[in-house]
Amino acid sequence: MILTPLNAVLLGVVLLLVVGFYGLLITRNLIKIVLVLQILVKAVVIALVLGGKASGNLGLGQSLAATVIVADTVVAVVALALAVQVRRRVGTLDLAKLSSLRG
Amino acid sequence: MEVLYYTLLGLGASFCAYRAMISKHLLPSTLYLAGVSALVTVTLYLLGAHEVAVIELSVGAGLVTVLLVYALSVVGEDVIDRTSIIPKPLAFLIVAGIGGLVIWMAYPLAIQPDANGEVLLANVLWKHRALDVWVQIALIFSGVMGVLGLLSEKVNPQGQETQAHEIHASSEEHGIAMNCQAIQIEQELPV
Repeated sequence: MILTPLNAVLLGVVLLLVVGFYGLLITRNLIKIVLVLQILVKAVVIALVLGGKASGNLGLGQSLAATVIVADTVVAVVALALAVQVRRRVGTLDLAKLSSLRG
Repeated sequence: MEVLYYTLLGLGASFCAYRAMISKHLLPSTLYLAGVSALVTVTLYLLGAHEVAVIELSVGAGLVTVLLVYALSVVGEDVIDRTSIIPKPLAFLIVAGIGGLVIWMAYPLAIQPDANGEVLLANVLWKHRALDVWVQIALIFSGVMGVLGLLSEKVNPQGQETQAHEIHASSEEHGIAMNCQAIQIEQELPV
């Protein structure tokens, strides 16, 4: 495997994706899930810019990356607001306990 | 040399992400996430995406970190249960499959870059992707509403209604008692 600069960036993207997906699968705290989603989106942002650079259209990659950053920030804000409200009303942020609630 | 920089940045960002994931407390996790964002910013800058690097640094390392810290200050520090919902070996297998799939799909693109003439971000964003700008405006509006939800005080409509009834009832009882006392005083007073 030839380690070119783009390959090195791809390696970082894959590592971030692996850590993010693993964290998403094993995490139970609502705020930590938001945090892990941020890690995943950072990997996606690098991948978009990398794809734009590799295909010779860096402007398109940057444009899509900016849109993803804005969307991800809004998702984080809304998810945090929901987590805060859940914590105030139910008293826990644990997914397993929230899933067992009835009524 | 460039390969070394990218490799170190990728490994550093992955290490910070791993520490953010396994940390027992949420505040160190947030700070590690800011570290990931800073390293991602340097990577983006080296790739030539200067505008996105600035956005990532200001939004990812700044705004999101502040929001996370504020949310933690509101909800307090919970004890994090480390047991996962699905078995960890199964999660590891799924993640390994995803990583292999990404490498299999993206590796051919990364070894044969197609270096055409580059187009400026402003041209792409304002001419070809104008709809994205409108979507971003709508998303920012949604984000503002989310911030309002995050900053809102504790609201319990039933509790407020109950409190209002209690206050009204107690004031009525208090008023009746005051009237009775006034009548008694009037009766006791010599005319």
